[in-house]
Formats: sequence, structure tokens, C-alpha cells
Amino acid sequence: MLEVKNLHVGIEDMKILRGIDLTVNSGEVHAIMGPNGSGKSTLAQVLAGHEGYRITAGKMLYQGKNLIEMAPEERALEGLFMAFQYPVEIPGVNSAYFLRTAVNEVRKHRKLETLDAMDYLSLSREKLKLLEMDESFLNRSVNEGFSGGEKKRHEIFQMSILEPKLTIMDETDSGLDIDALKIVSHGVNTLRNKDNAVVIVTHYQRLLNYIVPDHVHVLLKGRIVRSGGKELALELENKGYDWIRKEVTSETANT
Amino acid sequence: MKLSTDQEAWYLSLFEQFQSTLNGKSNSPIQTLRKEALKSFALLGFPTPRDEAWKNISLASLLRIPFALAKYETLQEITLETIQPFVFDNLKCTQLVFIDGLYAPHLSSQNQLPEGLQVESLANVLDSRPVSENLGHHAKFDLHAFTALNTAFVKDGAFILIPEGMILKTPIHLLFISTEKTRPSVSHPRVLILAKDHSQASIIESYVGSNSGVYFTNTVTEIVAGNNAVVDHTKLELESHEAFHFSYLQAILGRQSSITSHLFSLGGALVRNDINALLAGEGCKPTLNGFYLLQGKQQVDNYTLLEHTKPGCPSHELYKGILGDDSRAIFRGKIHVHQNAQKTDAYQSNQNLLLSDRARINTKPQLEIYADEVKCSHGATIGQVDENALFYLQSRGIRKEIAYQMLLQGFAREVINKVKIEPVRKQLDKLIQQKFENIQR
Repeated sequence: MLEVKNLHVGIEDMKILRGIDLTVNSGEVHAIMGPNGSGKSTLAQVLAGHEGYRITAGKMLYQGKNLIEMAPEERALEGLFMAFQYPVEIPGVNSAYFLRTAVNEVRKHRKLETLDAMDYLSLSREKLKLLEMDESFLNRSVNEGFSGGEKKRHEIFQMSILEPKLTIMDETDSGLDIDALKIVSHGVNTLRNKDNAVVIVTHYQRLLNYIVPDHVHVLLKGRIVRSGGKELALELENKGYDWIRKEVTSETANT
Repeated sequence: MKLSTDQEAWYLSLFEQFQSTLNGKSNSPIQTLRKEALKSFALLGFPTPRDEAWKNISLASLLRIPFALAKYETLQEITLETIQPFVFDNLKCTQLVFIDGLYAPHLSSQNQLPEGLQVESLANVLDSRPVSENLGHHAKFDLHAFTALNTAFVKDGAFILIPEGMILKTPIHLLFISTEKTRPSVSHPRVLILAKDHSQASIIESYVGSNSGVYFTNTVTEIVAGNNAVVDHTKLELESHEAFHFSYLQAILGRQSSITSHLFSLGGALVRNDINALLAGEGCKPTLNGFYLLQGKQQVDNYTLLEHTKPGCPSHELYKGILGDDSRAIFRGKIHVHQNAQKTDAYQSNQNLLLSDRARINTKPQLEIYADEVKCSHGATIGQVDENALFYLQSRGIRKEIAYQMLLQGFAREVINKVKIEPVRKQLDKLIQQKFENIQR
């Protein structure tokens, strides 16, 4: 579903990603872990289409299509969804109106019937229950006055309405307490099936206890230096990022 | 006596013309008022950039036009159908329609009014006591040339008197239409609203040009709220894109009263609004809300003044603007807290979105505080559309142009949503949304 080959990304004069290779197939959950400054969020943002970065080399293919040539809204219509690390507050724009507009754009693209206000309301109610969110969220402006946990749950609520094929979670677990973490994970797991995929960008292993990955990749200074199964995440948790750094340095020294 | 310039001489000659059309007694109170106002105008002359309150506005384009006194020329027939776009859907209200400043009974509501309530053409009651005791007594014309001019030429407009204790369930809509003419014309509509003690009313003033064209609307509104009265006043400026609109609103607040002013400037080439509130009673509450949306070469200047002369009064001011193309706006929010106005709680905010790098906003709060126990907060922001918010909406599948309009609408909604009358709010929302759809990024 997603094929990233030799991706190099920079911002102004700085290089951030230095040759990322990543393949994600339908039905899979991938975790990308790394210390601060490794480039995790940059990878997520670039996949979503943020224009602040420069792609200097490499390619990204999503369902065979060249992502680099697709505007953010095109990517969303094709089923790519990013759960933001810091969801922005948009005062004056009603949440229900915003999401209904979005889901109808997606449905139109998929040649499905659009939802009227009543249909949308029933759908929202169903999904709000899944994320243990109160109906009052529908009337509020997008993310305005939401607590950190509420913002993250709102991201997953949107995911449940839009039913994306590829979800990228950018440090969704940061700032979440254990209860919120469980609710969010339950939401994501309920939506998983063999036709969609999830890429979880995270610093900590904790979330991966609840959303169990098939593949774990470690990102260090803009490169994926190690890949493995879910045990790799546990090893990292126990031994810390320094352990990987040493392993990588000794590996390069031996070659 | 100041020597008149050509422009002032023009208006003085118009006055003579005007006088000849009047049938009233030459020493009636209203005639005396007119003559006093004209004297003031002659003394003051039109403001120049040397006058502090007029230094950022160029009146040259206005003053070089020899306006004629507005007179309906029947170039277009104004029927109920013509005024439909300016009337609010689903709003049950008492409506007075004015064509070029003169009352048009055939287009206005004819419903029976409750005993004591007066909603009528000012021309009918110019010599009545409540009018002669109030007209021109609140909107001081000795310091403001355009108010002096309006008062000198006062002939018609609306007179609203809400008797003590009456709570009006339906709003009053005053619709002022300027029609197409063979030459540029000036009208001086006048509105006098007296809300007696414990009364409540909502009044909407709409100013529209039924065609594009050059004309000058010079309007003055006086609102006197008695003790515990509640007045909600909404003004829509939808003048033609070549028109000049100068307005002066003077509100007087009695003890524990509240006056809320909502001002929407969506039209006109050059607009100047002066909004003054005199807090004349303890615990009174003025709220000033404003929204301006400018395109092309429009200029809209909003000058507000809150005179806190009594203690314990909370005032709240929110003015927001969106400026595109080469437009210019000025915001001057003056708050004057007099010495005994202790426990004043004043809040003022002016927020602006610039859509082009040629648009200009000049914003300045002015605080003059002479009391000690005062809370006075003010803030001004100037920014552009939030790129992060735009990206967020796009990342959900919303096209950039639509996302952009959603953000502009969101910005405007904070002020639109303060209008409590639903049909008016809906109409404003629609009007503003249509304008956003035509905005180029």
C-alpha cells in the first residue's frame, strides 16, 4: 500500500531524513520509534503532504500513485489520514460541519451517497460512543478548548468517521494518561481490518502494548537503522535508545 | 467665522435650496435646531488632516463631488419585489422603508402597534415634544461637521419610542434605500430611538443601494436608553461599491441599562462610522460589536468612544475585520474613564486578517483613565489566515479554496453569532459567505 524509497527530506538548509525505505502492506501495523530529533514527525508530516519541507531525493508511492504530486486533500480523498501530534484549534468552524463536509468529499470521491445532517448525526453518535466522547463535542468549534486528551480522541473520532485506508498516528500517545490511551487504542483496533494499515510514530513503547505492531522500525538521525517485530520495541524500552546507537556504531565500524 | 471653502459653500447653497422646500414655521424648534446646526457647520468646516480624528482619512474624493439633494427620480420603480433581497426571510417585524431618505408608506408595515409604542416617520413628529426635547440634544453637532450637516438638513427618518415597561417581542427594521439617479446625490437620514425605563427592543437599520452608483449617505442615530432599558441595535451597511457612507451613532445609557450595537460594514467605497456611548448611569452596560469586510480599494474607518462617567459599568468591545486587495481600514477605540467611574471593567479587542500584502490596517486603542479602581484590557491583532489550520482542513479532504473560505467564515462568525435575531444572523452569514466565495486568494 505504501512504498517509501530512499526518501531524503530537509527544511531550509538542514537535512532531516537521509534515505528512508519503508514498505507497508494492507492489514499491517508498523511502529516507527526514535528519540527526539530523529525525524519521526517529519516523516509523518511529509506523508500527509505538509508543504514546509523539501523532498530532495527518493519517492513515495501510495497504492501505486506518486504521493509527491498529490495535494494534501487528494491524499485524504484517496484514504490517507494523519492523526496530528498537535491538533490545531480552529475557532468559529463548527466541528460537526467541518467533519460532515470532509466525509462527504471522501464519499463523493468513492462514488458513495453523501450524508445529510440526520445521517451524519447518527453516524457521529455511534462513533462518539466508541471513543467515550460526549455529544457536546459536535457543537463546539474544531478542537477549541479541548484538553490534550480530548484533542487526541477527537483525531481518532475523525478517523472512525472517515474510514481511511492508511492511518498515520503522529505521537498520538504523547500527553495521554493511561485511560485515554486505552480508549484511543480500542478505537483504532476496532477500525483495523485486512484492507487498511496503520503507521504509528511514537517515542514510547507503552502505546504498542495496546496497538500491537507487526513491524517495528527504529529511526535514528534520519535513517531507519533497525527493523524487527514487536519484541524490538520491548528491547528498546528496556535498554534505551543509547543501546541502539551503540549497536549501530559498532555495526558500521565492523563493515 | 471661518471662511468657507468651495465645498462648504456648496453645502451652504444646498441648505438654501432645502429651506425653500420646507413648509414649517420659521421659528419652530426644529427650524431653530436646523439653523443652529448649519451655523456650527459653517464654523467648523469640513475636517482636514490637521484634525486628530480625521488625519488618516482623505475626504478629497467625497468633497470634490457636487452632490444634489437626494430626490427620488423614479428611474427605477421600487416595489415590494424590489426590496425583497433586503428584507429578512422569516422575520416577523415592524418595517419602515425609506427611499432616498424619505418614508415610503406603501412599502412599510401597516400593522397596528400596541398602545404607547411609536414607530413612525420622523417627518410626522418633528414638532412633537419628545422629538424637540431629544433630537440633536444627544448627538452633539458643535464638534462634528457631518453631524452638524445632517442636523441642518434633517427632514425625515425614523422615530421610535418604546414606553415604560414595554418589552417588544418583534424587532423593528428600518430599511434605507438609495436609488439610481442622473447625478450623485446626498441624503441625511435621521433616527431617534427613545427606550423608556424598563423597556426592551431590537432595532435593525439597513442601508442599501439598489444599484451601483455614486451617492452619499450621511446618517445620524441617537439612542437614549432609560433606567433598566435594554436596546439591541444592529446596523448593516450594504451600500453600493461607489458610495460614501458616513454615520454617527450616539448612545446614552441610563442606570442599569444595556445597549448592544452590532455594526456590519460590507459595502461602500469610503465609510466612516463614529460610535459613541455615554455611560450616564451606574451599572449600565454598553457592548460594541463590529465586523468589516473590505475588497478592492474600499476604505472603512471605525471610531468608537466609550465615556465611562459612572461607577460599576462593564463595557465590552469586539471589532473584527478582513481586508483583501488594496483596501484600508482604521480602528480607533477610545475609552475615557472619568474620575468617579470606579470599578469600571472595560474590554476592547480589534482583530484583523489581511488577505493580501497591499491591504492596510491602522489600529490604535486610546485609553484615558482618571479613576483608580479600573480594569481596562485592550488588544489588537493583525494576522493572516492560519496555514496550520488550512493544512488541517485539507488533510481531511477539504479542497484548499473551500478550506480557506471556511476559515474566513469562522473568523467572521465570532461577531455574526453575537446577533441574537436568528433570521438576521442567517442572512448575514449568507451574505458574508457569498463575499468570501468571490474573494481571490
